[in-house]
Amino acid sequence: MAGGPYTAKVMDHFMNPRNVGEIENADGVGEVGNPACGDMMRLYLKVEEGKIVDAKFRTFGCGAAIASSSMLTEMIKGKTLEEARAITNQQVAEALDGLPPVKIHCSVMAEQAVKAALDDYVKKNPG
Amino acid sequence: MRQVYLDHNATTPVHPEVKKAVAPFLAEQFGNPSSIHWAGREVRREVEDARQEIAAFFGCQPLEVVFTSSGTESDNLAIKGVAYRKGNAGKHIVTTAVEHPAIMNTGKFLEAQGFRVTYVPVNRQGIVEADTVRKAITKDTVLVSVMHANNETGCIMPVAEIGRIAREAGVLMHTDAVQATGKIPIDWKTLPVDMLTFSGHKVNGLKGAGGLIVRKGIELESVIHGGHQERGRRGGTENVVGIVAMGKAFSLLRQGMPEEVRETRRLRDKFEKALFDRIPEIVLNGHPTDRLPNTVNLSFRFVEGEALLLNLDMMGIACSSGSACTSGSVEASPILLAMGADPVDAQGALRFSLGRGNTDADIDYVVDAIEAVVDKLRAMSPLFHREAKAR
Repeated sequence: MAGGPYTAKVMDHFMNPRNVGEIENADGVGEVGNPACGDMMRLYLKVEEGKIVDAKFRTFGCGAAIASSSMLTEMIKGKTLEEARAITNQQVAEALDGLPPVKIHCSVMAEQAVKAALDDYVKKNPG
Repeated sequence: MRQVYLDHNATTPVHPEVKKAVAPFLAEQFGNPSSIHWAGREVRREVEDARQEIAAFFGCQPLEVVFTSSGTESDNLAIKGVAYRKGNAGKHIVTTAVEHPAIMNTGKFLEAQGFRVTYVPVNRQGIVEADTVRKAITKDTVLVSVMHANNETGCIMPVAEIGRIAREAGVLMHTDAVQATGKIPIDWKTLPVDMLTFSGHKVNGLKGAGGLIVRKGIELESVIHGGHQERGRRGGTENVVGIVAMGKAFSLLRQGMPEEVRETRRLRDKFEKALFDRIPEIVLNGHPTDRLPNTVNLSFRFVEGEALLLNLDMMGIACSSGSACTSGSVEASPILLAMGADPVDAQGALRFSLGRGNTDADIDYVVDAIEAVVDKLRAMSPLFHREAKAR
């Protein structure tokens, strides 16, 4: 079902977001965005043998922000850390069949969240 | 799916009597009201009857009613009309920080034309304090424009008091009464203002017709130059359908307004109380009592307004969020920020505006829906969980 400015895929991930929640003792946590500017995302990663085996998120934001968060978690699960780090906001937006131009920043937030969580993982696991 | 419309401050459904009243003007009554022959004469009479009805509603003289295309055009006519006519006497206008874009952007336009515009602030409850207007008036001030009630919060401004201040200072006073009309009593005879904006589609009329009441003796520069229509104050063949619709809408309102307002207020109060009883962490944006009887603007803390709005839309519920998503960030409502609202809370604001046709069953359905949606979004919100952990 398409809603307002959004594609059916965005609405699906917004109304039925995947991987909402928190991972206890997560291997990497990334928090990006600013709630005063309308969105903020917290991403939790579980990493085993150089691969992301689980990802969960909590997001404060509009439909596009929640859908981008949900899609991102689906995209990074099973990926190596290098593959996950290479994910761009365009790839997130494309996977959602596109975002309205004014909502592109929501996909940027998703890209930044995975990079921040990976940075946190590296910090916790030096060498 | 059940549909509930709680966005009457955006527009209202067309009253069935209005629909009936305009039907002849979509067919056999096609004449131009300016024509002196039979086809025009009858239409002219209907246009003037509508003017009479509207004048009777506000308590003004029919000749004081100028028909326009919209509230926005009326605001433009009031502000630019005075500025261009009185510009030589002084180039300063006083208005408020919470006006409709029709005033705000007209003010900005005039600033680019060499006028100075003061946008006086509102207090934490969204009300313009009369004293701030008094202090803003200078010897160069030619016009004060203060909305009668705010579209987002429903806050009712002390327009009579501000009008008296303007009069004492010898300054013209305009009020945008688009939202107040039909919701609180307005009596032109005792209200010390010189111009008043109203609109048809906010009172169960049709879109495309509004008006400006201009006190007898006040001359305005035209904004739409053209023929002699509206005594030279607004060119262009009259929007007969829209005007007839307004006439009918105002005549219905004149009879039914007290009862309609009582019912709307009862439902709004019930709605508001149920939400506060059932959902924790909500904030009222606006004055608890000096507020339109149909409007309630609430911040649901830890969640974002558009996400709420879309979820409710999926459940058939129409309401409004003041925030506007612009490139790079979602800007909270400038109205709420001008009131000093917490910027994060302002992101989670929704406006519900009730009106003719809403029922108790609607309210019960919407309260259940809002509770479910807020729970769902809070479960997703990092802010909610951070707050919960902090306790």
